[in-house]
Order: sequence, then structure tokens, then C-alpha cells
Amino acid sequence: MEWKRRHVLGLSDFRVDEMEFVIDTARSMEEILTRDIKKVPALRGKTVVNLFFEASTRTRTSFEIAGKRLSADVVNFSSATSSVTKGETLLDTAKNIEAMKPGIVIIRHSVSGSPHFLSRFVSCSIINAGDGANEHPSQGLLDLYTIIKAKGKIKGLKIAIIGDILHSRVVRSDVHSLGRMGANLWLCGPATLAPKEMERTGAKVTYDIKEAVKDADVVMMLRIQLERQKTAYFPSLREYSRMYGLNRAVFSLAKEDAVILHPGPINRGVELSDDLADCAQSRILDQVESGVAIRMALLYLLAGGHDASH
Amino acid sequence: MKKASRKLILDAKGMERVLSRLTHEILEKNKGAEDMALIGIMSGGVPLSKFIRDKIRAIEGIDVPAGYVDITLYRDDLSRVGYQPRLKRTEIPFSLDKKKVVLVDDVLFTGRTIRAAMDALIDFGRPKSIQLAVLIDRGHRELPIRADYVGRNVPTSRNETVDVMVQGEREEWKVLLNQNASGKGE
Repeated sequence: MEWKRRHVLGLSDFRVDEMEFVIDTARSMEEILTRDIKKVPALRGKTVVNLFFEASTRTRTSFEIAGKRLSADVVNFSSATSSVTKGETLLDTAKNIEAMKPGIVIIRHSVSGSPHFLSRFVSCSIINAGDGANEHPSQGLLDLYTIIKAKGKIKGLKIAIIGDILHSRVVRSDVHSLGRMGANLWLCGPATLAPKEMERTGAKVTYDIKEAVKDADVVMMLRIQLERQKTAYFPSLREYSRMYGLNRAVFSLAKEDAVILHPGPINRGVELSDDLADCAQSRILDQVESGVAIRMALLYLLAGGHDASH
Repeated sequence: MKKASRKLILDAKGMERVLSRLTHEILEKNKGAEDMALIGIMSGGVPLSKFIRDKIRAIEGIDVPAGYVDITLYRDDLSRVGYQPRLKRTEIPFSLDKKKVVLVDDVLFTGRTIRAAMDALIDFGRPKSIQLAVLIDRGHRELPIRADYVGRNVPTSRNETVDVMVQGEREEWKVLLNQNASGKGE
């Protein structure tokens, strides 16, 4: 397959062979991470800009390490310390950064569609690192990769995603990556946070965690944002935790060899009990590891010799 | 368009003889297989290095540590090729420190692949020495690189290609020279 994409804005239009190509590339990248010298010269002389308008440690660090492992120069730009606080528009900020000739800009923004908007005005490649509640494509791909490593396949697996489905961009990327690869997806949360419309993606929606977890091969817990309680999506954190938290008793309904995923950061004792977060079936840290490999693969693939790259 | 003509340079039997001689030369120069490691360059060098490894086992009774290296991420033309090449695997499951490494490749052409492979090896450790064994040396070097062990010198023009077919069964291995093919860089 020949990689033709200039941007990675979302997985909604990703074909199966493209996802397989990224994963295959990530496998080669993962080998680099096992070496003593964890660095290859593939992106020497290229600049990667992390343009983050929303707080993020994990994703930004993951992209930063990925870029550095490939010998790119990585520059971090976060809105808290930038001219955004002085009233600069998104497009002006992006145009200014583009004038410094980066090859790839990685953007996270609280408004859905911002990366798509920018991609129409700048000549460098854009990777969406999370836009509002829309998509988080690198997370969708790393979840796919982690599950393939744990289970050897995706097709036919029962995968339950539990938590705040409504506000989750991870879910919106996962339904494309896992769904398109043939997973049997179940989405679960309180009725206020698990919209029935998500069934249009082919996933099943339920408000009963036991139904979602029963015989599942993979259980993915989502972080419940503590702020949501204030906006009355659920009465109290304690009640949420009792009804939608994953503990030993609920997890025992899943298949014996089921694995647990979580995009992080975890609220221990809220959506996931302490012992399960650290148990042998947890693949949460493996997700972080896969994340670096997937992001190296994306950077490598986008750094190809198309004319616009510097 | 002119029709490309193909000339057989080596058949399976011929390749076996050439590789056997290469193995003996490697063992002679290194006075045995002590501290040796074989690294095949993806993809063509890998089956050849396996052959040499088997041969060393038959002669010396030693299993030489063997690995393979993909040089794609070390290429000097990554930003120039039109799209990103598919990555292959690198696997060196042992320490290269103080090893006498024999790099094995199918065709030596510009020397750029070997430059990249040596850069890759250095990232894995500090070998005592790096030697180079190639099945075919077709000339046209662009870097000051030469092979320590050469199976066959084949004078070529730049628009010819040398195809080393070693992916199938050993009985079907062969080397072809394609004339008037579109120039393919190594």
C-alpha cells in the first residue's frame, strides 16, 4: 500500500488497509524502543510542533518522545503561556507557527473541527491530538494496536466501552477503528451520558454495565470527569461509581482472559477499582507504550516527500 | 518501448558454490567463527546470511548468532522519495559489543545501503569489527565502501538491474541481470 494522506484528522474516513499499514509500521517502531540507543535518524532536520490549546501531559509527551526517537526537532507550544491569552485567533497562531516552517503540527483544541479547519489554510501536515468531543485518532489507533497485541485479532471480539460516552472523543475514534475492524462493540453509561444515537455507528448501547461486561474480551473504562457532576449528568460520584465503576464482581462476568483498558488518567476508586487497575489483566501501561509506537508511525508516514513538507 | 532481456548469472547450484566459497573465506580470514555474528540486510541479505550460518555450523560445528537489519529509517533519501517506504523488521537479539560482525547483502551497488546499515549497527553496540560479504558486486559506488568478500563481480550499466531471487526454496534460487530495465537504485 502507498501512503497518500497528508493529514491525520480523524479515523472516520480511514480504510482498513490504512489502519493495518499504520499498525505494521508501529510494530517496526516498537523494536526501536527496545534498543539501548532509542533513536533513528529518519526525521532528521524536520520540525514537529505540539500545538496544545487544552491541558494534556500524556498525549503531548507521547508525541514529543515519538518525534525525538525519530530525530525530529520537537517544539511545544501550550496555550497557557502563549499569545492566545493575549487574544490571538487560532488561525493567526497557526499561520505564525507555519511561517517558522514546521513539517508537522500536532494540534489539540477544545473546539471540534479545529484541526480540519486549519488543514485548509496551512501547508504543513496536521495531526489531530483531540478536538472537542469529535475524535482522537492516535488514541483510536493505539487502542486497536494494544488489543491486537493482547488478543491477536479484533474481528468477533466483544469490546465494552464504559463511562462518559457522550463527551468522549476516544469513543468516537474507537468506533471507527475497532468497529471497522469487525469488533462487536458495546457502549455503556448512565442514560444522560450514553446517547442512543451512537447505535447508528453499529455499536450497541446499554445502561446496564453487567450486560456490557458479560462475556466481553476487552473492557475499556473511560475517565469520568469530575466536573460533569456539577452539570447534573449524574447525582453523585459515589452513585456513579457504584453503578458504573468496574470492580472484581462486575469484571468476573467478562471472559476469563479479558483485558482492561483505560485511556487515562485514571480516577482510582471511581470508574476503576484500585486492584483492577494494577492487576495482571490490565493493559493500561501497554496502551501508553503502544501510543509512542503508533505516534512514531504516524509522524514517519506523514513526513514523506510530498512537496509541502519542509 | 524496448523489451527487457534477462540473463541468468547464477542458478541455484552456482549460488550454492559461490556462497560455500564465501563461507570458507570468512572462516579463513577470521580464523574460525569465534566471536562472530552474522547480520543480513533486509530483505535480500537475510536468506543468504541464513545459508552462510548453516554452512558455518556444518564446517565448524558452531551456531553463530544471527540477526537482520532493516535500513529504511537510516536512508539518506527519505525526504526525497515520493512516499514513505513500508518498514521491515530489525532483529538483533544479542549484544554486538566486541563481536566481529559480518554484514551480508545480496547486491553491492552505490554503497548507500551499507552506509545506512553500518549506522544502524552502531546504534546497537560497539562491534570489534564490521566486515561486508555480498553475493554480487555490480559497481557504480557513490561512497568509499568496498566488500571484504565478493561472490561474483558483475559489470553492469546503470540502467540494468540485478535481481537476486532468494525468497523461495533454495532449489529455485537464482540471479538474473535485467537489461534495459528502468534504473532502480539500491
